[in-house]
Amino acid sequence: MSHSVLVVEDEPNIVLSLQFIMKQAGFAVRVAEDGDKAVREVTRKVPDIVLLDIMLPKTDGFTVCETIKSDPRCKKVKIIMLSAKSRDADREKALALGADDFITKPFSTRELGDRVRQLLGLTTDSAQAS
Amino acid sequence: MVTTWLVVGVSFAYLGLLFAIAFYGDKRAEMGGSLAANPYIYTLSIAVFCTSWTFYGSVGLAAQSGLDFLPIYLGPTLVFILWSFIWIKIIRICKVNRITSIADFISARYGKSTALGGLVAIIAVLGTMPYISLQLKSIATSFTLLLNYPSVAPGLEAGGPFAFDTTLVVALALAVFAILFGTRHIDPSEHHDGMVAAIAFESVVKLCAFLAVGLFVTYGIHNGFTDLFEKAAAIPELSQNLVVGGEGGYGRWITMILLSMAAIICLPRQFHITVVENVDESHMRKAVWLFPLYLLVINIFVLPIALSGKMLFSGGQADADMFVLTLPIVHDQMALALFAFIGGLSAATSMVIVAAIALSTMVCNNLVMPLLIHRGRVHVREGGDVSRLLLIIRRTSILLIMLLGYGYFRIASESYSLVTIGLVSFAAAAQFAPAIIGGIFWTGAARRGAMVGLALGFLAWCYTLLLPSFAQSGWLPISFIEQGPWEIGLLKPYALFGLEGFDQLSHALFWSMLLNIGSYVIISLLTHQSPLERIQGTLFVDVFKHTEGRTGSHYWEGTVTVADLEELVSRFVGSARAQKAFEEFARRNDTVFKRGQVADSGLMNYAEKLLAGAIGSATARVMIGSIVKGEIVGIDEVYRIIDETSQAIEYSKKLEQKSIELEDTTRQLQRANDRLKELDALKDDFLSTISHELRTPLTSIRAFSEILSDNPNVPDEERHHFLSVIAKDSERLTRLIDQILDLAKMEAGRMQWTVEDVDPAIVVRDTMTLMDGLLQDKNVDLILDLPENLPMVRVDRDKFMQVLINLVSNAVKFCGQPEGRIAVTLAVVETGLQVTVQDNGKGVPAANRDRIFDKFHRSPGESNKAPHGTGLGLAICRQIITFFGGRIWVEEGDLGGAAFSFSIPVSRNEMAA
Repeated sequence: MSHSVLVVEDEPNIVLSLQFIMKQAGFAVRVAEDGDKAVREVTRKVPDIVLLDIMLPKTDGFTVCETIKSDPRCKKVKIIMLSAKSRDADREKALALGADDFITKPFSTRELGDRVRQLLGLTTDSAQAS
Repeated sequence: MVTTWLVVGVSFAYLGLLFAIAFYGDKRAEMGGSLAANPYIYTLSIAVFCTSWTFYGSVGLAAQSGLDFLPIYLGPTLVFILWSFIWIKIIRICKVNRITSIADFISARYGKSTALGGLVAIIAVLGTMPYISLQLKSIATSFTLLLNYPSVAPGLEAGGPFAFDTTLVVALALAVFAILFGTRHIDPSEHHDGMVAAIAFESVVKLCAFLAVGLFVTYGIHNGFTDLFEKAAAIPELSQNLVVGGEGGYGRWITMILLSMAAIICLPRQFHITVVENVDESHMRKAVWLFPLYLLVINIFVLPIALSGKMLFSGGQADADMFVLTLPIVHDQMALALFAFIGGLSAATSMVIVAAIALSTMVCNNLVMPLLIHRGRVHVREGGDVSRLLLIIRRTSILLIMLLGYGYFRIASESYSLVTIGLVSFAAAAQFAPAIIGGIFWTGAARRGAMVGLALGFLAWCYTLLLPSFAQSGWLPISFIEQGPWEIGLLKPYALFGLEGFDQLSHALFWSMLLNIGSYVIISLLTHQSPLERIQGTLFVDVFKHTEGRTGSHYWEGTVTVADLEELVSRFVGSARAQKAFEEFARRNDTVFKRGQVADSGLMNYAEKLLAGAIGSATARVMIGSIVKGEIVGIDEVYRIIDETSQAIEYSKKLEQKSIELEDTTRQLQRANDRLKELDALKDDFLSTISHELRTPLTSIRAFSEILSDNPNVPDEERHHFLSVIAKDSERLTRLIDQILDLAKMEAGRMQWTVEDVDPAIVVRDTMTLMDGLLQDKNVDLILDLPENLPMVRVDRDKFMQVLINLVSNAVKFCGQPEGRIAVTLAVVETGLQVTVQDNGKGVPAANRDRIFDKFHRSPGESNKAPHGTGLGLAICRQIITFFGGRIWVEEGDLGGAAFSFSIPVSRNEMAA
């Protein structure tokens, strides 16, 4: 059974790259271009992991993170925040709101893959195998 | 032969009698039956005016220049008969303010000035010095004469080598007597009932003695007045003595009358006896006629005695000043001679006693105590009985005053007649007249005026009367008088600045009064009165208005217990007296004081008045002020505050101005600070936003680079797509960096501009040509409205074009789809050339129209799918247009979408053309 990922990102080019990477890693990928949509997608079908941008149209990433984490149905959902904001304050805020990891843009695709697998408790091999 | 012991014995017996009377008077007063509270006794005590000068000297003067002795009595007579209201006013002022001396009076009037009080005390002491020496001289001379009975040879030498010692003994004896009379205790009211009684008794004695001698001369030696005057008229030398206008003529008479008018008010002892010792204003009504009557009676026999003496001693065998004594002696009337001596003694002692008491009060209250307090020798808060200290000071000053008198006698009196010496004192006392009379009628009279006037008048007196008297007796070189000091003729003391033709006295009076009154008036007119001066001035001048309801210039607003007040007062007047005074106050106000009770302002005022009696009003105020806790708020204080306020108003206006400026500055600072904070936040946001904007293309560039690198098997189509993304985002990154740098340069003012006159039509056409490809690509219709003959604008051509490209690009980006339409319009408007670029898109919501020009502003509704700008384009446009001196804005356009317009001023050359 393949893991599912929700990519929440408004920047089309970045969405494209993330889509590619996650598909490559064997994930079922869904995309939400803004915060509101992200919350709707998560509640529609709970993903295993959310790659969440912070600066989003409508509802920002922090709020989305908080909403997801406070939803009992989404207990198991892992969230990695992706941000072009590099300030420590943003990282702390994200972690405080329940995010499981924080990755600064621009990111290394390999590192991103590693972090995702790590969070989901997958070995590199098994992930690639599935 | 009269033995020394008889004379001495009779003298001391007489003094003993006086003391007994005084003692009895004090006892009576303590029991409530004051002898002084009697208009006759009061009037008789005023007759202290008649001293040895009158008793012996008048005869001497009459013998020398006839009726010239009279003006000295006409002056006081005039004052009492015509101007008794002056007395009533002064008495009321002194009662209300508890004034106990002339120094206190002047000090209190001019703002309770300590310095002025001290100056008056000094002038009074030095001015009285000759007067006391006159009394000493007369006692010593008469004493010696009596010892030499029946010889009548003039001069003290007749008494042998002990003559000077006699004077010293007399001085010391009088000092002791004055101390016993006047300073047995400190009386808060400075009322000496016993002394007043004794002085009144002395007035009776001297009058009787003089009348006895007069009657003896007129009816014993001669057969009545007619006989005597007829005899005198027969002698040509004497007949001229019977008409007015001898040596000095009428001028001298006027001088003498004015001088004596001033003296009766200003002599310290007259002030003391008439004002301070007055217990009831109504007594003055008796004195108004009784005192002049006394003067008349005591003068009746002056001329007969003088004429008789002149006839008898036509060869000058006897001193005319002593005719009163020598006439009985030559006629072998020993008892009468002794009586005359006692009369003379009465006249002298009464003057000395009253003067000594009055002066010692001044010296103590206005000179020594202020100094001690000022130097911190007397501490108010510490315990200890100050009344003993006060007594010591007063006793010492009496002794010193007597010794000063003696000193003057030794130095100068020998060579002068009694009257001449007395007039020197009169002239000194007269210096107080302007300050006193001016002070009670002229509210504008100011402290500095009084101070300078008194000081200059006194100096003139010293220079034109006192110093010459030293020179006359050889204590200064006689050239001082004849050639002037350092042989400067203009400084001759009897002809100052070349003023000649006056007798010495008139000359001295002229200069001293000119300087005194002149500076008093001029400085008063020129100087600004302190509020305390003003309030005191009003209280003095309008004393009758103020004293109907209440008796105090101020109220104490602080708190102090009754016990504290009583303790303070008792330290100056003794505890028994203080207790009695407080009890009396309580009884009068129908109340009982508990010791711990807080004193009301009435009691505080009362205590201040009690203290004022003992130590002077200025000092008393300080004393009470020092124990009253809390602020003193009195009328004068209020005035002071008001005055300070009014002075401060100027300052405060400036201050206000300053503070407004300061507030303004503070506000500006506040604003600047807020702005800074804002800017800081903005900078933070800006950096964060720039970071975000830079990282976004970088992210995709890196991601796709890694993807392509890690996945060599990506299909060609996808690979191409990825590569084009990398290329586009790299472009975007470059553009972004360029724009950020541009903006930073413009904001920092470091942008290079090439400003020139540019034809806007050409620029617009060129731009649209450049944009043609894009428009075609996007299938957008362009409506271009370029009027003919547009004015030139003074701009940087490239930047102008940059703005146009930016606006058109935006319009293309946001115009309606699929039928995009944009319009570019140029028009001349009031502010210059206006360029409008509009599209048929959704337009910009009104709420965002201002913020849309901010850096990195992104309208919330902006679609993700729309191609992203850098977010700096419009910000740069605004910078450029602002630099050109124009403005840029957005509104709803005719096409339904956004209409971006900017206006720029036309070239100056164009305007001139």
